[in-house]
Amino acid sequence: MIGRRFWAWVVFGLGAAYFLLPLLATFIFSMQMRRDRLTFDAYLSVFSDERFQSTFSYSLVCAVCAIIVGVAIVLPAAYFVRLRLQWLRPVMEFITLLPLIVPPIILVFGHIKLFNSSSILPLTNSTLGTDVLIVCGYVTLALPYMYRAIDTGLRTIDVQTLTEAATILGADPIRTMVQVIFPNIFVAVLSGAFLTFAIVIGEFVLASLLNRPAFGVYMQNVGANRAYEPSALAIISFALTWGAMGVIQLLDRFAPKTARQA
Amino acid sequence: MAEEFLRIDKLVKTFGGNAVVKGVDLSFQRGEFVTLLGPSGCGKTTILRMIAGFERPTSGTISVEGKDITSLAPNQRKIGMVFQAYALFPNMNVGDNIAFGLKIASMPREQREARVEEMLKLIGLAGYGKRFPFELSGGQQQRVALARALAPSPKMLLLDEPLSALDAKIRVSLREQIREIQRELGITTVFVTHDQEEALSISDRIVVLNAGNIEQVGQPFEIYNKPTTRFVATFVGTLNTLNATVADAGAKTVRIGETTATIPALPTSAKAGETVALTMRPEAVALANGVDRDIMLEGKVAEVAFLGSVIRLKVDLGGNLVSVDTFNDQRTPPPAHGTSVRVGIAASDVLVLSA
Repeated sequence: MIGRRFWAWVVFGLGAAYFLLPLLATFIFSMQMRRDRLTFDAYLSVFSDERFQSTFSYSLVCAVCAIIVGVAIVLPAAYFVRLRLQWLRPVMEFITLLPLIVPPIILVFGHIKLFNSSSILPLTNSTLGTDVLIVCGYVTLALPYMYRAIDTGLRTIDVQTLTEAATILGADPIRTMVQVIFPNIFVAVLSGAFLTFAIVIGEFVLASLLNRPAFGVYMQNVGANRAYEPSALAIISFALTWGAMGVIQLLDRFAPKTARQA
Repeated sequence: MAEEFLRIDKLVKTFGGNAVVKGVDLSFQRGEFVTLLGPSGCGKTTILRMIAGFERPTSGTISVEGKDITSLAPNQRKIGMVFQAYALFPNMNVGDNIAFGLKIASMPREQREARVEEMLKLIGLAGYGKRFPFELSGGQQQRVALARALAPSPKMLLLDEPLSALDAKIRVSLREQIREIQRELGITTVFVTHDQEEALSISDRIVVLNAGNIEQVGQPFEIYNKPTTRFVATFVGTLNTLNATVADAGAKTVRIGETTATIPALPTSAKAGETVALTMRPEAVALANGVDRDIMLEGKVAEVAFLGSVIRLKVDLGGNLVSVDTFNDQRTPPPAHGTSVRVGIAASDVLVLSA
């Protein structure tokens, strides 16, 4: 028993070292901006850079918009497929996997081809139009993660019986979805939202080719021209992702419980 | 004369060419407690779901108080329903669950709160309003589901096997409570179950269904004691079958082994020499300890099952295995396995069933 536990810890330790050592090395390197001592100068340099603030804010707003649009599209679709159109699930699975198969470069060229200045809907003609286009692109890129997160959430509840219970009490489909289904899969929706956030914050291809001032483009620029700041940015990105994961875990504790606690 | 409340006419439901309900006609009186009883796949739940509006009939009509509701959406029908899986909303506490239908009906807050309190008292869970479903036992959750269904004062209550997920003791107490509340409110109730004991104990009338057709409709006493088909007789309760030979059809006499007996229920169409199946309930067969019945037969005890207040014996009567129920008596132990016994049957308790 003790031997088994020992080897379990050894495996865990090796796994942890594999993931944490490069991160630790990056972190130490990011603090070596001054030769004689470890400092947070690289971080100060990043945070005080006006471009950091503007690009991060831009990506943040894009992420929020992509999350809202994504949830508004995916939640009703996944709900109705699970409720009434079970036979359509394989088709949905396939469609939502496409963004993982089709590279973003193809997606953005498609966008530019379809919505350029000489098209019927010339979105690229204006800044707002291009912003709309980039948000739509982000929604597409995050679709596999958002759909799976919501679908997993729907799997944890008895969608059909809850819907029927609400309906027989007089609720229409929208009220049922908003007041009964959505609160019960809120944590799953949040997981999808944070994954979307992580994708949007680091995304480079769409923003670069649509020429928008996104955080991914800024990171690439900094990486190409500076030494220590890219490492600081990498650590900041990790901190943001882990923070998001921590929030999911925290919110999970407040999620509605479906089973009697032992 | 009782007033007709719900009417089902020639109701048919097919799923992919497979008929699940095959032209059912039913009438429910106002305030009546009717049970749809039958084995799995007999169509009882499908009929209930069509009444609720969750399934659209392939053909036929459903009317409430003379109005055709066949095409009406479920949220327009003003029906309360309790599901087998409770279906309480996990994100809402007990009070909010009960108030859900009242909010949709736009009931003012004060009235709503008063109604929730009234419902909690009705189900014996006063003070549980702030608890969440996961903090309640299965029986308590089902009582909350009942209160939630009754809160908006529906026209009718549908119960879809609400006791199936509960353990035996809670099941009995909850079914008594459901019946008590139903009587108190006088609400027309349709109850679906496959449990014959449940159906017999709480219904005004029972509709026995088999393979999408109605086998028999009647009061529990009638269904149990006067089954009209072999299916009803075998599905509801235990049934003994004794093979006999018709001796004289005119005199209604049969021979069971060496014994000759007169069976009033023997049909006049029976022919001498023909083999007929005589059926009777276990309680219609008695151990002949000084008892004299119309038909007295010798046999051997093949099995003894102690069921508490009742002891069920299986007696081998010349190749026919017959169940005999006797009350448990502390002073008289049941006969042991292999003992020879005499059993008596009252001829009037014997039924000759059609196939």
